[in-house]
Amino acid sequence: MKRVENVLREHRYQRSHIIQILQDIQVEFNYLPKEALEYVSQRLKIPLSKIYSIATFYAGFSLNPRGKHLCTVCMGTACYVRGAAAILNEFERKLNIKPGATTKEMNYSLETVNCLGCCAIGPIVVYDGKYIGEFKLKDIGRILKGRA
Amino acid sequence: MKPALIISAGTCGLARGAEALIKAAKDYQRKRRLHREFEIKITGCHGLCEAEPNILVHFNGKFIFYQKLKPENVKDIIEKTILKGTIIKEFLWFDSETRKRYVDIDEIPFYQKQKRILLGHNVLIEPKYIKDYMKFGGYSAVGKVLKKYRPLDVINIIKKSGLRGRGGAGFPTGKKWELCQKAKSSEKYVVCNADEGDPGAYMDRSLLEGNSHSVIEGIIIGAYAIGAQEGIIYVRNEYPLAIRNLGIALKQAHNKGFLGKNILKSKFNFEITVVRGAGAFVCGEETALLTSIEGRVGRPKPRPPYPTESGLWGKPTNINNVETWANIPQIISKGAEWFSGIGTKRSKGTKIFSLVGKINNTGLVEVPMGITLREIIDEIGGGIPGGKEFKAVQTGGPSGGCIPKSLLDLPIDYESLTKAGSMMGSGGMIVMDEDTCMVDIARYFLDFSLHESCGKCPSCRLGTKQMVEILDRITEGEGKEGDIEFLENIGKNVKLASLCGLGQTAANPVLTTIKYFRDEYLAHIKEKRCPALVCKSLISYVIDSELCGGCTICAKNCPSDAITGEPKGIYTIDQKKCTKCGICFTICPSKFKAVKKVSPPIK
Repeated sequence: MKRVENVLREHRYQRSHIIQILQDIQVEFNYLPKEALEYVSQRLKIPLSKIYSIATFYAGFSLNPRGKHLCTVCMGTACYVRGAAAILNEFERKLNIKPGATTKEMNYSLETVNCLGCCAIGPIVVYDGKYIGEFKLKDIGRILKGRA
Repeated sequence: MKPALIISAGTCGLARGAEALIKAAKDYQRKRRLHREFEIKITGCHGLCEAEPNILVHFNGKFIFYQKLKPENVKDIIEKTILKGTIIKEFLWFDSETRKRYVDIDEIPFYQKQKRILLGHNVLIEPKYIKDYMKFGGYSAVGKVLKKYRPLDVINIIKKSGLRGRGGAGFPTGKKWELCQKAKSSEKYVVCNADEGDPGAYMDRSLLEGNSHSVIEGIIIGAYAIGAQEGIIYVRNEYPLAIRNLGIALKQAHNKGFLGKNILKSKFNFEITVVRGAGAFVCGEETALLTSIEGRVGRPKPRPPYPTESGLWGKPTNINNVETWANIPQIISKGAEWFSGIGTKRSKGTKIFSLVGKINNTGLVEVPMGITLREIIDEIGGGIPGGKEFKAVQTGGPSGGCIPKSLLDLPIDYESLTKAGSMMGSGGMIVMDEDTCMVDIARYFLDFSLHESCGKCPSCRLGTKQMVEILDRITEGEGKEGDIEFLENIGKNVKLASLCGLGQTAANPVLTTIKYFRDEYLAHIKEKRCPALVCKSLISYVIDSELCGGCTICAKNCPSDAITGEPKGIYTIDQKKCTKCGICFTICPSKFKAVKKVSPPIK
């Protein structure tokens, strides 16, 4: 909880910063742990229900721990017309999970994003923070074998 | 000016390998001690995304455009072009339409029809250095305003210029400022909407990454005119580089005295902070954006009261988007007449569009209002790749509509796009060819709006859901007679009964595709056929026995073991096992092209 406290201190315990606080907690833990949210609720005197409503409303937050590797498929329009849906389908099939979920052994999380604004090089997949443009179906196997 | 290597390093440039070019250039410069001979400039995006990673060589007053480079090319460029002045032909831009190579950036057809008053500085300015921006007149507009003009004078200049909001709806900017200026309150706010949520639009990202000072300068001028003490830039968290550059720029502006107390020794005090969004499209709507800044769930509120009367924390607040703010310093420096001389009668100045999708020259284009869609797509965009047929262009994102071929000569301004059933939106322009299914694309946008609907208004929350269900049925071959009319009916009601822009425009993609591409809907519903061969349930993959070379690649890669045959013989797909993943279609060597899609599907 020391890490959470540090985040709160940086934001001078301002309640209006709650969204930014949650973002920073997520950077710290890779997701929003329940204990952290309860702690924030007590320290800032914000009802836990309100914190949950924010954490579930904004797509950028994850309430579940993410896997070791994060695959984000861009589903922006430009990527979509260039075949992003087929790429997402193939990821779902290979990993046997739906977007937003993590594989059982906690290796991979699959997510989608509405647009990364790199439409020129679509379809795009972001693998552990690395942008891979002009993504092809066969690249999936390459990535999952650890050869990104 | 000494020769310079100008490396385009926006997010997409970096994704394509600009980082390696930068490293190669720096290493070589250090190794050969060439610091005096040339400088390396790491700038925002140069706009022609298709050419990335690209380098501009500034040499003898020319800007030589080298495209699609590899790190090992950098040495050649330094040795030949920078040190000897020789042009390396094979790195020059090759235009697919004119079949010619071009040397100078200004000669390239993609740039010729553009008027880059906002984006032009991206190639000259290193965003890390405020002095670069100031060298080209940056922050002189703030100086001019604080010394020469009263707040009302500034508002009058902006009103006279005819500038309208670039975020979508096109409200006159000067009038908005005036309303906010007149509102009585000791506390006022200005907000910059950088929650660029439109999928397929990224001009705001490019401006913030490449030249955030221009946006900051615009906000300072606006705050002075309105009488605001605090400014907030609300930026998407999905844009990490923009957030970083913005932070650097704000710090520098502060150090130079353009922000803070007594700006440029005047009585004007002003601060700007950055607030990061958390991934909700609806927060691009102004009232939702403000509630999000206040640390709440971003749901729109009924207007009136408009933010100019009661906005952030209940105080008068003026919101403009990134591109609008970036226009302000230019108008102040060059005058309202200069600005209103560009464009059409009711839409002035330039507009940045992101030209993406099925187009040869993908990129950010800044054009004078009134240019036709045809000029943008054919002349600037260089047409459709692979000799395919143009089908439609989608403008305005999920709020906009699809414009068919018959309307390509439409001059672009706010009114004409709305009349065509679409809208300007923030400026996404997605080109679609014969391989794009219009029913599928309507479903895509509606599904987007469904997920992004905040849920406040039932018409939007339930209406979009119903429409997606119907479209799902149609694309799965379960469409019924009367579906089209039902969609139109729900669409009109969602439009009428929703509170904010998201709901009011959510049906546009469906209504315009029905209007212009009714045939495609009918083919799906009546013939159970997808003319563009996209909808999975309505197609089958087959191998053309005449073309199959028996190379075994498809069979080896088929994830469901649906393809059988003998090496060097002919392969066939077992339709019962096939999951229609499309891997065989993409992997079949181009010398055979034996895998075909057919619709209606084989039973």
